[in-house]
Amino acid sequence: MLEVEQLTVRFGGITALSGVDLRVSAGELIGLIGPNGAGKTTLFNCLTRRYTPDSGRLAYDGDDLLRVAPFAIARRGISRTFQNLGLFPALTVRENVMVGAHQHGKAGFWSAPLRLPGVRTEEARLREEADTVLRRLELLHLADHPAAGLPFGTLKRVEVARALAAKPKLLLLDEPVNGLTHGEVEDFAGIVRRIRDDFDLTIVVVEHHMGFVMGLCERVVCLDFGRVISEGTPEEVQRDPAVIEAYLGTEA
Amino acid sequence: MKSTSETAERETATEAVPAATARVLPPWARWVLLALAAAAVLYAPFYFAPFRVFQLTLVLVYAVVLLGLNLLVGYSGQISLGHGAFFAVGAYGTAILMRDGDIPYLLTLPIAAAVTFVLGLAFGVPALRLRGLYLALVTLSMAIFLPPLLKRFPELTGGSQGLSVEQPASPAWTGLAEDQWLYYVSLAVAVVAFVLVRNLLRSRAGRALLAVRENEAAAEVMGVRPSFYKTLAFAWSAMLAGVGGAVSTWVIGYVAPDSFTVVLSINLLAGLVIGGLASLSGAVYGAFFVMFVSSVAQDISGAAPGIASGLLIIAVMLIAPTGVAGLVRRLTAAARRRLAKE
Ligand SMILES: Nc1ncnc2c1ncn2[C@@H]1O[C@H](COP(=O)(O)OP(=O)(O)O)[C@@H](O)[C@H]1O
Ligand SMILES: [Mg+2]
Repeated sequence: MLEVEQLTVRFGGITALSGVDLRVSAGELIGLIGPNGAGKTTLFNCLTRRYTPDSGRLAYDGDDLLRVAPFAIARRGISRTFQNLGLFPALTVRENVMVGAHQHGKAGFWSAPLRLPGVRTEEARLREEADTVLRRLELLHLADHPAAGLPFGTLKRVEVARALAAKPKLLLLDEPVNGLTHGEVEDFAGIVRRIRDDFDLTIVVVEHHMGFVMGLCERVVCLDFGRVISEGTPEEVQRDPAVIEAYLGTEA
Repeated sequence: MKSTSETAERETATEAVPAATARVLPPWARWVLLALAAAAVLYAPFYFAPFRVFQLTLVLVYAVVLLGLNLLVGYSGQISLGHGAFFAVGAYGTAILMRDGDIPYLLTLPIAAAVTFVLGLAFGVPALRLRGLYLALVTLSMAIFLPPLLKRFPELTGGSQGLSVEQPASPAWTGLAEDQWLYYVSLAVAVVAFVLVRNLLRSRAGRALLAVRENEAAAEVMGVRPSFYKTLAFAWSAMLAGVGGAVSTWVIGYVAPDSFTVVLSINLLAGLVIGGLASLSGAVYGAFFVMFVSSVAQDISGAAPGIASGLLIIAVMLIAPTGVAGLVRRLTAAARRRLAKE
């Protein structure tokens, strides 16, 4: 489904990604780990066309992703959440989720003001779909709350809801359980498992929380200084000396 | 600074989606209040003297212009220090059409709207590349260069003398005086404009516009094309200013370059900030301000009104960053709470 080949991204003197190869097959649930600054978010930013890599190839469903405009990524079925939140604070939780479904609506600058036929039914449908997603993520009671002023962990879940409203095929989650308590992390793992089955999703999740990654993912890829240093089942990667050293190196 | 802007945004959100806000008044009471307000607005031209009616008509005109400016500044997060120029194009275009053309005056409105819409599109595209201060400067220069440009082509624009046109007469069947008729025509235009913009904001397109303002990168990831929404906001904004200009020509019957100086543009922006950014009612409050300042400007000469509006903007930003609309919201919320307790 997704093929990343020799992806290299530089920021001035920093090489955030250097020659990264990654293959993701449809239906996989992959964990992407690595110490801070390893390049995980940068990889997501390339996949959603926030950054254009200096070299390398990104193929998605057989197409060259680098030829897709940033706003058209969602239409291709790729959606994501942001490590440091990318919500619209002045909008309510429900409205945030409805923006996620932007590509599934048509109402525009003429049809909406004039309330042309179809606008009202489309609006009702988008609202209904947003509420369905919110119910799935146990957020429905917050639907009318402004996205500002909710706890960080809750907002991360709102982001997941918004990403799901796009009805993606490939979902990229950037540190989704950051800021959650132990019990909430367990719950969230359950939610991810369920949405993957129900929506037929392929998921790549960046997470520091080892317990979460090890319990959830079938395959784990570890980045360090922009390179893939280990790849395999959670147990294999966890035992890999290179991974242990990378994590120890940063903690020391 | 951060905290004030956040509260401002939160209040915007509550107004954008009034669905779940706690309401103490029963629905019938709201309808009664609304009906009373509508009755007052409809009865006003019979109650006030013609000159006051004329002033209220101008308030309606400015409300349409501010509605457009709000779409641009309040809802799409761009800036224009030159919106008086679009207003002027609408006003002059209408005056020229009424002088030369053999068309019913009501037809000048869609023409002015179309012309300023296209102009707005043309400005909206370069505006995408400019942010904040740069966009402010470019739009400001538009407002600065327009009056000399108008004087430059006297055959078309009447030069510094300006143009007088025959004002639309009140149809005999109405039995209304001319000022009353113009009031109702302006009211109709304003109501239509407000309904259109309200519908827009409460739709997928309106949410996309706000999303771009709130977080452009995230909006884009969600499939919103920022350039499209920003450009169309610019075009709609210019179009509403042009519509206001057209109606102002009907109402005033006269256009001259000195009515459209940069001071007008600044006053419009001041009115918007004072009335309340990103609030529909803010455009109405702001319109009273613009009308008031424009009328005292005729009495006090020189830069005094400009300085006064400048100081007022600063004061409002410090004391009430959500403008009059925000104050009114807070007061009614407090009143509601008190009612709820009793
Ligand atoms: N927009 C940017 N400009 C400059 N440097 C960046 C930018 N984005 C990421 N980097 C750098 O790239 C490296 C990888 O960052 P990132 O992908 O965020 O790491 P991770 O998500 O694995 O913690 C870091 O050194 C970071 O400072
Ligand atoms: Mg990161």
